[in-house]
Amino acid sequence: MKYDIMLAGVGGQGVLSLAALIGRAAVAEGLHVKQSEVHGMAQRGGAVLSHLRLADHDIASDLIPLGTADMILSMEPLESLRYTAYLSPQGTVVTASDPFINIPNYPDREDVLAKIRRLPRAVLVEAERLAREAGEVLSKNTVMVGAAAHLLPLKRESFDGAIRQTFGAKGEKALQVNFAAFEAGWKASA
Amino acid sequence: MPRRILLGDECVALGAVHAGLSAAYAYPGTPSTEILEYLIEYRKKHGRPFATWCANEKTATEEALGTCFAGRRALVAMKHVGLNVAADPFVNAALVSTHGGLVVAVADDPGMHSSQNEQDSRFYADFARVLCLEPANQQEAYDMTVEAYDLSERFRVPVMLRLVTRLAHSRTAIEVTAEPRPENPVRKAPERDSWILLPSNARRAWHALLERQKDMIAWSEQCRWNTLALNPDGRELGVITTGIARNYYLENVGEMKSRPSHLHIGAYPLPADQIRRLAAHAKRLLVIEEGYPLVERLLRGLLGTPLPVAGKMTGEVPPEGELTPDNVRPAMGLPVRPFTPADEASLPNRPPQLCQGCPHGHMYHALQKAFEGLEPTMVTSDIGCYTLGALPPYTAIESCVCMGASVSMAKGAAEAGFHPAVAVVGDSTFLHSGLTPLLDAVHEDTNMTLLILDNEAVAMTGGQETIAPSSRLKDIVLGLGVDPAHCHVVDAMPRKVPENAALLRREIDHKGLSVVIAVRECLETARRKRKKELAEVKAS
Repeated sequence: MKYDIMLAGVGGQGVLSLAALIGRAAVAEGLHVKQSEVHGMAQRGGAVLSHLRLADHDIASDLIPLGTADMILSMEPLESLRYTAYLSPQGTVVTASDPFINIPNYPDREDVLAKIRRLPRAVLVEAERLAREAGEVLSKNTVMVGAAAHLLPLKRESFDGAIRQTFGAKGEKALQVNFAAFEAGWKASA
Repeated sequence: MPRRILLGDECVALGAVHAGLSAAYAYPGTPSTEILEYLIEYRKKHGRPFATWCANEKTATEEALGTCFAGRRALVAMKHVGLNVAADPFVNAALVSTHGGLVVAVADDPGMHSSQNEQDSRFYADFARVLCLEPANQQEAYDMTVEAYDLSERFRVPVMLRLVTRLAHSRTAIEVTAEPRPENPVRKAPERDSWILLPSNARRAWHALLERQKDMIAWSEQCRWNTLALNPDGRELGVITTGIARNYYLENVGEMKSRPSHLHIGAYPLPADQIRRLAAHAKRLLVIEEGYPLVERLLRGLLGTPLPVAGKMTGEVPPEGELTPDNVRPAMGLPVRPFTPADEASLPNRPPQLCQGCPHGHMYHALQKAFEGLEPTMVTSDIGCYTLGALPPYTAIESCVCMGASVSMAKGAAEAGFHPAVAVVGDSTFLHSGLTPLLDAVHEDTNMTLLILDNEAVAMTGGQETIAPSSRLKDIVLGLGVDPAHCHVVDAMPRKVPENAALLRREIDHKGLSVVIAVRECLETARRKRKKELAEVKAS
């Protein structure tokens, strides 16, 4: 078994925290995990990409080969389209629908969303609204993990553990917000 | 065995701790920064080993060498271009016959994710005639670091640990295999002469180092990092991989009709006999290495090889940029994997940019205002977040070459007769390599203006503390001899743009050297500090 995920977003959106949550859940299930990160100059408000690979065997390459990713999981709609060359024909795009506009030539939002809808398998999530409803707009990343979760080869309990591990130290409120955010994402894409 | 999830960089840090590290030094630089970040946190928790940031890679390497002079084990970490700065101590450290292990961890950046070039540090190891270990994965990064200290003490040379971005910044679980070893006792170098590189001693040291090459090669031939697997049934192709290139080879080799004979190289000097054995077994060779074609070039030599060799020099493997699991396939005789290209035309680029409200942006506006009516102008600049001022909407700077070069290049341009020449440098880059060229400019009272953007942090690499606090920057500048009448500290606030522009204009018009220090804390580090304070208030 292998499951490859391209994580996308804009520097500062917390793409690495998506990877951390999924990675923790996978490690708890005894899977091999490799997660390639972007640091340094590429982080400053620019397009950010992280390769996350899960498998029940040794993983050789830190990078996912073209045309083979099982999922593109994106914090931003335009960014979800940037890496479709990596997606396998059976792969799914799961993306937040909220645009992050920090460039003057950002395309028309509806055009971007329409392009995503035309993909063979795509899930658009109103992550910002759901995060706000969960009690904290910063829980948007957890909403997106929830939205991706049922496609991933991981048990739901493993995510609960990962959320506890990640947010437990930040107090009971942060924990409850993130459980609610995960649940909202899960429901939104079910 | 305990398992830990770590970044490649962190594996190096932990390996060094388990090898009995006494001290670690570095200047932040992507992709090497997390090595010291891990060790600095480790020191906070456990008290040892000593770990700290330094002014630059040269001072860091020399401080590490001092640790070894006292008989203890030291680590110095840097990005590839940092080794250019540290080249002097690095190359000479090979001669001093150290008895305390020295590991030089250098992280190369093929593909230039966050660097100005993609130089291959293995050439430096070869140049200095020292051992080089090149991990292919995070487990090896840990295991090799542990072993590197024994090797350094055994062969009495620094050992280079050559990393690349994809290894340094990839996270995975490793097995913590080593039994933590105590630190070496403090013991001054027993042979005094071997550390005093007077020509008479240096000649002896060089001779001894050349003599030790044989021992190092003999070690390399049988070490566990260089592995030769000959396929008795297939004599067509022999493949040599080095470091992380093995991963891309392994990702694809299952699709080849017959498995080639394979030599993997993870340790240098090169295992020449193993290479000869592989060549004797194959009709042709393919070399896949991340970085420059070091192995391939040596194989080819000037007189050619008795069998065809494919690689970067023949173009089968891309000679520039980073290897990927896809771009090695043609050389392996495999078709490109089917994929649907993204609709690039409808996807505008999203380049990195200064944060919203970044103080650097306000100073670029002030500078552009100060220049009104003076065109053509010249702005030399440097390496840091403010380099992003090269891009729209600012397009405010005109050079970025190497650390500190903004100051020296403005001096050279001014002396060539160009006016106005303004150098823009960040506080940390200034402290790294800007002090000495400013001293040159003071000596000549060069007709130039130096604008120091002081955001009180090494921001681009994650907001590390600078080596001297912002409050001391003016004293440092004055201490170098800059005329106090032409040294100003200003606030880099948006509402101060007109005032700052007027001041800059006055100093640009001044016939001589001026320094303007624009102070405002980096928004990101300020935000992180507030968050931390808030968490501490909550916790109490």
